[in-house]
Amino acid sequence: MRRVYFDANATTPLLKEVVEAMQPYWTEHFGNASSIHLYGQEARKAIETARATMAEFFNCREAEVVFNSGGTEGDNTALFGILRPGDHLVTSSIEHSAVLSAARKLEAQGVTATFVDPEPNGLMNPETIRRAIRPNTRLISIMHANNETGVIQPLAEIGRIAAETGICFHIDGVQAAGKIPIDVREIGCHLYSISAHKMHGPKGTGALFIKSGTPFESVIVGGSHERRRRAGTENVAGIVGLGRAAEIAMRTLADDTIDQLRAHRDRLEAGLLQIAGTGVNGAGAPRTANTANIHFDDVEAEALVIALDLKGIAVSGGSACHSGKTEPSHVLMAMGMDAIQARASLRFSLLKTVTAEDVDHALSVIPEAVEQMRALSPAAAGTRG
Amino acid sequence: MSSPVPIAVAMSGGVDSSTVAALLRREGERVVGLTLQLWDQTRLAGRHGIPEQPKAGRCCSLDDVYDARRVAEHLGIPYYVVNQQERFERDVVRPFVSEYLAGRTPIPCSLCNDHLKFDQLLLTARSIGAERIATGHYAINEFDPARGRWILKRPVDRAKDQTYFLFGLKQEQLARTLFPLGRMTKPEVRELARVAGLALAEKPDSQEICFIPGGDYKSFITAYLEEQGETLPDSAGELVTAGGEKMGRHEGIHGFTIGQRKGLGVTSPNPLYVLQIDPATNRVTLGADAELATRNLRAGRLNWISISELTGPMRVQVKIRHRHEPAWATIEPEGDDAVMATFEEPQRAVTPGQSAVFYDGDEVVGGGWIV
Repeated sequence: MRRVYFDANATTPLLKEVVEAMQPYWTEHFGNASSIHLYGQEARKAIETARATMAEFFNCREAEVVFNSGGTEGDNTALFGILRPGDHLVTSSIEHSAVLSAARKLEAQGVTATFVDPEPNGLMNPETIRRAIRPNTRLISIMHANNETGVIQPLAEIGRIAAETGICFHIDGVQAAGKIPIDVREIGCHLYSISAHKMHGPKGTGALFIKSGTPFESVIVGGSHERRRRAGTENVAGIVGLGRAAEIAMRTLADDTIDQLRAHRDRLEAGLLQIAGTGVNGAGAPRTANTANIHFDDVEAEALVIALDLKGIAVSGGSACHSGKTEPSHVLMAMGMDAIQARASLRFSLLKTVTAEDVDHALSVIPEAVEQMRALSPAAAGTRG
Repeated sequence: MSSPVPIAVAMSGGVDSSTVAALLRREGERVVGLTLQLWDQTRLAGRHGIPEQPKAGRCCSLDDVYDARRVAEHLGIPYYVVNQQERFERDVVRPFVSEYLAGRTPIPCSLCNDHLKFDQLLLTARSIGAERIATGHYAINEFDPARGRWILKRPVDRAKDQTYFLFGLKQEQLARTLFPLGRMTKPEVRELARVAGLALAEKPDSQEICFIPGGDYKSFITAYLEEQGETLPDSAGELVTAGGEKMGRHEGIHGFTIGQRKGLGVTSPNPLYVLQIDPATNRVTLGADAELATRNLRAGRLNWISISELTGPMRVQVKIRHRHEPAWATIEPEGDDAVMATFEEPQRAVTPGQSAVFYDGDEVVGGGWIV
């Protein structure tokens, strides 16, 4: 069976060049980067080379890059590292659970939080964020691109608000990294988290930009790794993989890869919109080039995901981190959709390596699957919850 | 005989449904494993009388989903968890609570079969491209060309007979359902599981109501209503004898079931049993064991399996609870959607809310809900 992977926002495969770059660091250059001897020095050199790449990737100084285990750790570290009891947090209701759950936990510890809703198209209004600010607001945390809809937030404007008010600004950039250029200087943020595996790097590795001078306390303590901002022996091979993946990502952001990706996505989207009773969630807002979130009226996305998987097309009903949950997508609900429509929505997120044949295949399979499901739907009408 | 159209196996993480998946796989069928996620076992944890830590081995516990997934991986079949918690709550848990509050004794398993397993699951199976489902129920399901009907029969292993819970199946549901274990005994099933290399071959059977770990349904009702922000309706009332003598008071009619002896809160020289629960007056009538026997019962919300409808009197065996030995009776239509059953020997503790299932030998004729 022909298989098509349209779940790049969940994870991406490692590129061959990334695997090759990592290879020597499993067995040959296995040293601990903190060791004084040659083995240690080789590991250290590899990490610092990757750090230089990441500094370029973020447009920051090398000393401002902290390697960690990925997006969740970055998000958690930003919130737990900055906020103290009595502080106030401004964030959005469409953040990833790595931010939302951290915020809820902090609320139980005496931090207050405001969860700002987006406009119906998924965009945050900077003025709404400004209005949520209180005298004790210590941190604004907003995602760069949404994992479900791909909607890109107006970060420069939010950054200006942060600068005017002197509040720390954290960006969850997990879904932006590799898809849109990142420039932390231009945005004016203090923290920015990314994850390697969303951009063809290895799982379990990420990076957090922490602007120098940010009043930050490390969350994971132990040795003096990463300038005392993140303890634990460095995952050398993972960091090398992240560095290589970031290098390639910067290249693809400079050439026409993203334009081609967007063309494939647009063709897929246009094809799916030919099916009656469909629509794009987040339509009208700027979106990442690879993501299409589509609602199919009278279809349960949960069943459609399974049906498509059995036909060789891998998609998602929302965030992979939420599968098994009973609630409809909190992102789509926050955009004002009703539960039935939110439950009828599928996320198609394309890899940069997507081909025209992949899109053709999907368009030859999906309309029929939707039609089949809708044919059974009158029987379901009486039992629909 | 294998077909290119997959069969969806309802996998609970127990031995029976796992063995069904293994059997069909061995026969060369294309098999897809589906687990219905019906209830969050941690949902009421720590509330009124509910333990903090849910016990393992319950339907829908994470352990069971894990076990089902491991079986699917072992067999090399695609496997998915389908979330049906909202429907389960609406069609099973809610009615379960209201039935008790109305002084009846519900059977959630039958409701789950009717509304989830053979309705929603079948629909999900069909919408993902499967034409039939298979479950680990012990029952036999055959098409009889002479009558042009699907016939549900008691299984070979009488101790595991689950036809009592399956009387609500419609012809179109039976036509799309396979019960591969109907002609096997439980020891044979366990042996097959062992041969198939299933790690859970020795897993104990589940006995209790899946969403009530520990079986304390009264605490469950209180905890559930508390979670819903509702208060338990005050149904406290009098305990009386059939002659009208007051024996004491009780705290709520949902704490009683017909034939109950323990926990009545009265002392008497002779053992007393619950004879009747009256939701209108909240009066619970007690009496001697002999007074529990009745000759008649009325059942409504009928479903017929081996016949298309009941047009006149029919002599059948009637089963009035899961652990009841079917008793001879004559059933007669009464009004639109009800029958009156008259037993040849009086039967003990006919309980409203339970079902009455009619058998002709091994065949399930049909059934209804006792009113």
